[in-house]
Amino acid sequence: METPLIEFKDVTKRFGPRTILDKVNLKIYEGQVSTIIGKSGTGKSVLLKHIIGLLSPDEGSVLFRGNHIGSLKKSEWDAYRVQVSYMFQNNALFDSMTVYDNVALPLQQTMNLSKSEIERRVMARIEQTELSEAVYKYPSELSGGMQKRVALSRALVTDPAIVLFDEPTTGQDPIRKNAILAMIAEYQRKLGFTAILVSHEIPDVFFISNRILALYDGKIVFQGTPVELDELEHPFKDEVIQSLEGFQEELTGLYSQRHFKVRYQADLSRKRRDETYAIVLFSLEDLEAISNVLGHTTAQEIIKAMGAYIDKHFGAVGGFSTRHSINEFVTVLPYSDLDEAGRILEDFAKDFQDRGIRDIESVAQKETNSAECIDFTILAGLAQGKPFVEMESIIEFAKFRQEEIARFQCELRR
Amino acid sequence: MTTNSHDQDPGENEVTGQPGTFLTRPFAGLGRKVVSWVNHMGAAAIFLGKACIMIFRPKQIPAIIQQIYYIGAKSITIIMLVGFFTGMVLGLQSYHALVKFGAQGALGTLVALSLVRELGPVLTAIMITARAGSAMTAEIGIQRISEQIDALDTMRIDPLKFLISPRIVAAIISFPLLTALFDLVGILGGYVSGVVLLGINAGTYFHRVQSSVEMKDVTDGFIKALVFAVIVTTVCCYQGYFTHMRTDSYGAKSVSLSTTSAVVLSCVLILVSDYIVTSFLI
Repeated sequence: METPLIEFKDVTKRFGPRTILDKVNLKIYEGQVSTIIGKSGTGKSVLLKHIIGLLSPDEGSVLFRGNHIGSLKKSEWDAYRVQVSYMFQNNALFDSMTVYDNVALPLQQTMNLSKSEIERRVMARIEQTELSEAVYKYPSELSGGMQKRVALSRALVTDPAIVLFDEPTTGQDPIRKNAILAMIAEYQRKLGFTAILVSHEIPDVFFISNRILALYDGKIVFQGTPVELDELEHPFKDEVIQSLEGFQEELTGLYSQRHFKVRYQADLSRKRRDETYAIVLFSLEDLEAISNVLGHTTAQEIIKAMGAYIDKHFGAVGGFSTRHSINEFVTVLPYSDLDEAGRILEDFAKDFQDRGIRDIESVAQKETNSAECIDFTILAGLAQGKPFVEMESIIEFAKFRQEEIARFQCELRR
Repeated sequence: MTTNSHDQDPGENEVTGQPGTFLTRPFAGLGRKVVSWVNHMGAAAIFLGKACIMIFRPKQIPAIIQQIYYIGAKSITIIMLVGFFTGMVLGLQSYHALVKFGAQGALGTLVALSLVRELGPVLTAIMITARAGSAMTAEIGIQRISEQIDALDTMRIDPLKFLISPRIVAAIISFPLLTALFDLVGILGGYVSGVVLLGINAGTYFHRVQSSVEMKDVTDGFIKALVFAVIVTTVCCYQGYFTHMRTDSYGAKSVSLSTTSAVVLSCVLILVSDYIVTSFLI
């Protein structure tokens, strides 16, 4: 069995009479995005600070590749710390330093690099996080979202193997929130680091997380994939997940996944066994390329516009939709058989190619204000559902049947 | 049912009126204060020791120059202003005292020795405490409560090396230089009040200054300035660095109280250490 990169064994932490972590056991695996979720003030940040050594446990042990980090030799500890980076909840930027100096600080102080090499690395990160215009500004001159991105740049500038994100999206609007999460997911894929997030953003973090760890009453009550979390039978689910997950998804305004499933079950329960319905799976292809060329914020604006367009079109014929993954939407047409759904989808595809793409283009242009352009395609797949068939398998089938329904081409725009 | 003595309410003895508690309580409070004070002294000594070791780490020169500019160069105006008026008032008061004995010719001696041996180092240190020391505490305190110091830790940058050591070196360099400037401007202030305003002979004034001040007076003044530099930076940086450990307040309030404590404690320690150092040097 794979050795966890980081493991907590019966970790207990007390502050005065309060026990914050109570015999916590958890495992974090290399190269994954693991997200710790839980209510405010339950010790999620405390847990994170144990990993980087800002706090040490009163009881129990924190292991790195099977070795107790409290008993590492100085050289081993230094070697471990070089690999770990931390992004603070309130950013912890140096307010008397410019954006450039903030990002360059860990390179200047801890590495023997030439000035030009430091500049190259810093500017690369600054460009990736869309901060080129703010290089010589001070943190107080930036918006909350930009400050977050500066903190993100600083956390990634040393190319760490493990990055700890303490509520990276707090205080952001839905688009920025999703843009930051998409950015983390993208860098994690590109750079291959192990990301450990602390977040309240349910369900947004589920789209980027490989594993979810649920902290409740000082203990980890669940460790597993976001899909496995659905099957959890624990008060945590009612008290935390359902209270944090709203009726609608913030970014797109569509049903949240949980409410989508509730609606789906309710509609299904009214059907006879021989009655059918249709499911459509939409995908925005090339999301990563869109993010790279137009920026993460624009990419999220496009997702938002696409969700709104799907909802407007299919909502009018009794359909309901949700965001299935970072770039996918699922629509259920409860009163349509496959033929009728096919016709509705054809109408949608025509309308989307004629008008929807233009709407998305205007959103993108408004956000970027630049001449940058990138081709992208929208896929859709249709599948027939029956009351006794699992929804996930129908979605899988719809994915298998996906084909292009609309394409945005820069050449045509010109 | 048996009662464990450790579980007993601390206020229980008072209720039962045992005389022991009533008599020992003031001493217990005093004892706690003394222990706390000794703890702080020990912690401050370790803090200073660690920061001094970090002085010799690489990449310190730019930070030291920046701090010399902030602690030293930016204090020049206020030091000159205070020095000039201190010299003037010293000249004025001393003239009226000396004239009773017909010894007004000794004004230059009195002004120069007072400034070089005593007033120069002490007042310079107090003025730097007010201007730069308070700012050090506030800046480091804010960095502490906004997790900037924790951020340094996570980036493997030693906060003592990055924040404290350059300030200690800058103070050690700046305090004697500013003291020298204070002395010089103070002597000129004495000249203005004694010679220009009260009519003492200019040659007599400068002759007395030159003949009375010996090299030992100057070096003793510099030794004091060095001692004050270490005390002021240690106290001010320590108060800011551990502002989150205060039990009487949190957040911005704790920064404000730390700044007040730093200034008051520095001034008191300047005067106390002045006596101690003088008694060794004299």
